[in-house]
Amino acid sequence: MKQVVYAVIAALTLAACGPAGGAVTRREVLLATTTSFQDSGLLDVLAADFQNRTPYRLRATAVGTGAALAIGARGDADVLFVHAPQEELSYMRDGNGDRRAVVMHNDFVLLGPPSDPAHVRGKNVFDALRAIADSRIPFISRGDKSGTDIFEKNLWKQTAIVPAGSWYVEAATGMGQTLTVASEKRAYTLSDRGTFLARRGQIELAIIVERDPPLINVYHVITVSARKFPKVNAAGADAFADYLVSPETQRLIASFGVDKYGEELFFPDAGKNDADVR
Amino acid sequence: MDLILAGISEAAARLVTLDPDVREATSAALVVSGSATLISIATGVPAGAWLGLSSFRGRELVLSLVNTGMGLPPVVVGLFVAVLVWRSGPFGALDWYCTRQAMVVAQYLLAAPTVAGLTAIAIQSVDPMLRLQLAALGATRGQTLAILVREARLPILTAAMAGFGAVISEIGASLMVGCNIKGDTRILTTAIALDTSKGEFGSAFALAFILLLLVFAVNAVTTWAQQRRRPL
Repeated sequence: MKQVVYAVIAALTLAACGPAGGAVTRREVLLATTTSFQDSGLLDVLAADFQNRTPYRLRATAVGTGAALAIGARGDADVLFVHAPQEELSYMRDGNGDRRAVVMHNDFVLLGPPSDPAHVRGKNVFDALRAIADSRIPFISRGDKSGTDIFEKNLWKQTAIVPAGSWYVEAATGMGQTLTVASEKRAYTLSDRGTFLARRGQIELAIIVERDPPLINVYHVITVSARKFPKVNAAGADAFADYLVSPETQRLIASFGVDKYGEELFFPDAGKNDADVR
Repeated sequence: MDLILAGISEAAARLVTLDPDVREATSAALVVSGSATLISIATGVPAGAWLGLSSFRGRELVLSLVNTGMGLPPVVVGLFVAVLVWRSGPFGALDWYCTRQAMVVAQYLLAAPTVAGLTAIAIQSVDPMLRLQLAALGATRGQTLAILVREARLPILTAAMAGFGAVISEIGASLMVGCNIKGDTRILTTAIALDTSKGEFGSAFALAFILLLLVFAVNAVTTWAQQRRRPL
């Protein structure tokens, strides 16, 4: 019986002394962000660097832009890092954010089987989507309300086509997994360039349409409104926003992945306004 | 095929060099699942022993609830614990979202019914004559419990191992409440899922191998406990 008592004490001590420590110090900054940010590896790099350079610790949950904005609208996070400008503006209009700033951009690419069975290479992205819809060749959508999913749905809206039918498949999963599905099904899909470059060697998909202005993907940092949600760690959220737009971090973002993929994954944009990035 | 071979050789390299990412995920998994299991033992063994011995109205209902608890879907537990520990939730003041503490709570809820339920069965299977004898010798209720638990220690060890085995390989709840933070709440299962979606199969294979090894160790202990009890 004595051993059991010791085990209980040990267990409770262990549980109480996790490295996350206590909440009283307000060192913890809770970030809600997108899966592409985590899948690219940039989140881990910036989180570690932020911890080294400031007294704060970053706790990040990677959930997709739609879910991140919903978490922020409940006051359950301190700061958001997201990429769906229209939804972000309505989030700000609802008074859920204090500060919103451009951090960086990358771009989306339309991927498909290298043989391009719908013959869309060289077209602009809208004509390409129309041709894919006409051809009925499968198109894999994220279908998870992530920033990429919202972006893709907006592109379809601009083509005035409502994508539906057996050719339009909603994978309801992360970007990396969606690429695997598209490759296995010899389908078209929309991906951020970073995830594609990271997976390029393992999938049979080629870039079909790229460098088209509507395909630019802008990431913003938003601090959750401390006026509306008094529990928010406003100082910590500000510190993270300041960190993201600082010249050192912007250089880190620009160089991220260059050694591995031979080209930049993200382009720093701090100080620009939305119109300049496009 | 190349992918699999490259993955396996990279996995071997990472295991041999004790790659820091692999080490961190392994130690986080052991600390979190170990804590959850120890707390499950501390509470589940007494509760299970009491359930196994007592007789009261509704005992069978309680037992079937405990047995249902053994099959709780991890994502359901993850959802409930997440909603509870969000800042807007009733335990928001703790600020446990995305922490190991929240993971321990979720894993405890998954492991404790297994430990309690299997303990109840183990205690009930102890020779009923022993209970009579203890009563005749004037043992208090607490003394009786302690002796019966000691008598049933190997099946109870099996119960504890079943609890640990369930949570060490669990991913849904841990991901939802722990957030998969590198070097903190990133455990074996969540790291494997992330590495797979990143396309880093070598690292995923290395972690998968360690997870398999742990599950094997758990089953080896369980088998040992069960075989030792076999009457000659």
